[in-house]
Amino acid sequence: MQNKPPAWLDALVKRFLPSELYEELLGDLHEQFAFQAEEIGVQKARWMYFFEVIRFCRPYFLKRRFRADSKYSTSYTYSPAMIRNYFKIAFRNLLKHKGYSFINIFGLATGMAVAMLIGLWVWDELSFNKNFKNYDHIAQVYNHVTEPLDQKQVEGSSQPQPMAKVLREKYGHIFKHVLLVHWDGETTLSVGNENHIRKGQFFENGVIDMFSLKMLKGSKESLNDPQGMILSESAAKSIFGDKDPIGEAIKLDNKFYCKVSGVYEDAPQNSTLGGIHFIGNFEYLRNNEKWVKGSEENWNNSSQRIFIQTADKVTMEQANAAVRDFYLKDAPDSFKEPAKKYKATLYLNPMKNWYLYSEFKDGYPATGRITFVWLFSIVGVFVLLLACINFMNLSTARSEKRAKEVGIRKAVGSVKSQLVNQFLGESFLVVGLAFIVMLGIVGASIGWFNELADKKINIPFTNPYFLGISFAFLTITALLSGFYPAFYLSSFEPVKVLKGTIRLGKYASLPRKVLVIVQFTVSVVLIIGTIVVYQQIQYAQNRPVGYDRSSLVRISMDDPNFENSKLVMKDNLLRNGVATNIAFSNMPVTSIWDNWGGFDWKGKNPEAQSYFSVTQLDEDFGNTIQWKVKQGRNFSKEFGMDTAAVIINESAAKYLALKNPIGEYITSTGDNKRRWQIIGVIEDLVAESPYEPVKMGLYMLRNVRSLGQMQIKINPNLPISEALAKIEATQKKLVPSAPFRYFFVDEEYSKKFTSEQRIGKLAFLFAILAIAISCLGLFGLASFIAEQRTKEIGIRKVLGASITNLWGLLSKEFVLLVVISLFIASPVAYYFMNNWIQKYSYHTAISWWIFVAAGAGALIITLLTVSFQAIKAALVNPVKSLKSE
Amino acid sequence: MGRSYLGEFEELVLLTVAVLEGTAYGVTIAAELKQRMNNRLISLSGVHIALYRLEEKGFVVSELGGATSERGGRRKRFFRITALGKRTLAEMRQVRNELWDAIPNPSFS
Repeated sequence: MQNKPPAWLDALVKRFLPSELYEELLGDLHEQFAFQAEEIGVQKARWMYFFEVIRFCRPYFLKRRFRADSKYSTSYTYSPAMIRNYFKIAFRNLLKHKGYSFINIFGLATGMAVAMLIGLWVWDELSFNKNFKNYDHIAQVYNHVTEPLDQKQVEGSSQPQPMAKVLREKYGHIFKHVLLVHWDGETTLSVGNENHIRKGQFFENGVIDMFSLKMLKGSKESLNDPQGMILSESAAKSIFGDKDPIGEAIKLDNKFYCKVSGVYEDAPQNSTLGGIHFIGNFEYLRNNEKWVKGSEENWNNSSQRIFIQTADKVTMEQANAAVRDFYLKDAPDSFKEPAKKYKATLYLNPMKNWYLYSEFKDGYPATGRITFVWLFSIVGVFVLLLACINFMNLSTARSEKRAKEVGIRKAVGSVKSQLVNQFLGESFLVVGLAFIVMLGIVGASIGWFNELADKKINIPFTNPYFLGISFAFLTITALLSGFYPAFYLSSFEPVKVLKGTIRLGKYASLPRKVLVIVQFTVSVVLIIGTIVVYQQIQYAQNRPVGYDRSSLVRISMDDPNFENSKLVMKDNLLRNGVATNIAFSNMPVTSIWDNWGGFDWKGKNPEAQSYFSVTQLDEDFGNTIQWKVKQGRNFSKEFGMDTAAVIINESAAKYLALKNPIGEYITSTGDNKRRWQIIGVIEDLVAESPYEPVKMGLYMLRNVRSLGQMQIKINPNLPISEALAKIEATQKKLVPSAPFRYFFVDEEYSKKFTSEQRIGKLAFLFAILAIAISCLGLFGLASFIAEQRTKEIGIRKVLGASITNLWGLLSKEFVLLVVISLFIASPVAYYFMNNWIQKYSYHTAISWWIFVAAGAGALIITLLTVSFQAIKAALVNPVKSLKSE
Repeated sequence: MGRSYLGEFEELVLLTVAVLEGTAYGVTIAAELKQRMNNRLISLSGVHIALYRLEEKGFVVSELGGATSERGGRRKRFFRITALGKRTLAEMRQVRNELWDAIPNPSFS
């Protein structure tokens, strides 16, 4: 017979057919196959055979096989009776020791929940921008220069407009898209009489393709018309409701007129376009905004960003190599000489760096959020480890109790592998229960966690990766926490155990002690870390800012109709007593928008750089924000010459290194050769990061008409809400077209701390949980040891030991462990926190009291935890404890 | 009656065992049934399960035949109907006949 049925099917049949029927059934099958092969052809017969075999997989045969096997086999690892027994024993153990079970399951669940939340957070961070199809091909153009004087390397993110044109024309084979990108900003969108404030951005055409935006209405060519703009789905819905927005006119900040030409699906929150709700065409901006138009061909005005997308077959490395020497090859001739001197190059900063590596060092992206991704990943792993250690500790501590069970099992024929399976199974059971509890905890706390971490994370129950990782997570935790007890318990010798001579020796508890030390080391490091983070925030918050920000309100006057009403408004507000002072400036007090270079002064090193932040303001500015004049005087209307005067801050005064700066001159090296006389030196104003040194700053007068920010010092005798209502009424009367938008300066200032505060809060939370989990474990361990030593304690009491004695006896061991962990944790924490703190130029010192406080805290918590059990054990009447047996 | 229940397919298989007198085993029973029932889909596994059940209920007995050169030398299990099986079939037939006779107008088609 050459035509044989497939062998693998026979093997399959063999696996589930009862062995005593196998021969006759397979014979019948083969006979039928031979018959059918002749009748209908081999190929078809094979198929028939296949279906026939499948039909043999019936409960009848399986049941029969199972029954037969369990009837005759002597030791069968997966026999249902034994598995049932394992579960029964496991459940009985859980129920008998409710306290331990609670500590085990709840502690493990908490640890897993922390790890899961951190995992979701890390996933969210890492998937930033990954939603864009061209993720690997998008980059931003940066330049890189080396200062010849001090060899300082700096990067520049803003580029001149003509650079984009040259990149597009001469490097067209490398780039699919080269787009100028305007800074995003909050804009008032007016439709009819309704005003909506949305964040939006202007891109050159091509943005839809570059970011693979999904167009719900309109086409991918929606931005071909310069006047067109596209709205996000959510914005379109909130502005137009169910009405079709296509073709509707929208007025932007009361000065630009655009037409909706498309609606795109909202970009995810964790992407560069998250929070952006409309996209306009850069060409329109250029045609309608004078200063943008003015710099269209100006290589000296770097005020836009450039995003590129490389061509499909060009890698980022190739593109980078091609644009490197851009300044030498393709910039105007006047750039080539300085480019050599400054070693100027271009480079492409790929999208994957934008978010995670947003901080630059030596002109290249170096670090950023990725530090926290690492930090929290490590914390997550450690917290999970702490919970696993609890499980291991409690299981091994209880091993003496279960030693008898192991002995009996071994005596009646269990082999070691069965016992390993049993204990691993128990660990799977506990971890499985903990996993369910964990899902509950995570589900309940995710909203709150999102708020804390400023995220929009969902639990992706349907994501196969999530399910896979959860399963792996469960398995790893179960193995990790069950491995040691399983092998430890199963290695007992039955004879010794049953005879009762087993003494788990001096070293049996050594691993347990080591694990407790690890737990407390991690906890103490987290506590110290948290204290340092909070101290640093506190330190920066207490930094003198150089002005008074209380009851200071800023209004951004973007609407062109403000121009003629500014002074009237100021007059009105001062007259009706709402404000005590009002001043205008070109940028908010809490940020720096303008940096100018090209200044000269007496005794300047010709190679020294001369970049200053320049704030333009009116005469009342100093009094309104109450800056502190150190030398000289404020601007004043009494001096007609003040338009040619400048006030400098202390940082600038130090840099200029003039013996007596008052009366000296600063000149511009530009074409107009302007000259300003220094009339005053003020204390540094902290405008940007409160952790960085203040930039050298110049303050100059300018015509109020061109100053867009109004600072109002509200009359301190007036309730803020009343004052705001009055300001709004005044503005509505004078400039009805503009929505009333105000910012409290102190609020804007405190926003600078949010990211550090967030980290502080998260660190605090994790530290608390870590210490709680550790204490939970310690509590269990202490209660177990107290129980184990009941007899000893009874005898000691009979012989006259006092409660204090016993308390000391039981607590000493744990206190010693915690002290050891303190000595390990302190240098580790110091090392890491010192590294972290060095990131900030303006930082606190890590003082010794932090370590003392953390140590004392840990000790007190330990003592409280252990004492509860120790005292409970010490109070037991010795008659009771000695009576049994 | 304390008699075991006999399903429709089991009854057919039992009848076939009786028909094939001495040469009844899985394949032949399946082939016979298939032929007689206009190629109704008869699966080998179904036939076997019916046979084992009938054996458990005592309607058939079986014994292993000798080794054959066909089918890889595997032995066949032959089934024979028992007296109990025969009597049960006869009883069932009688019940049916009586029911047929009781139909008032037997000439319907």
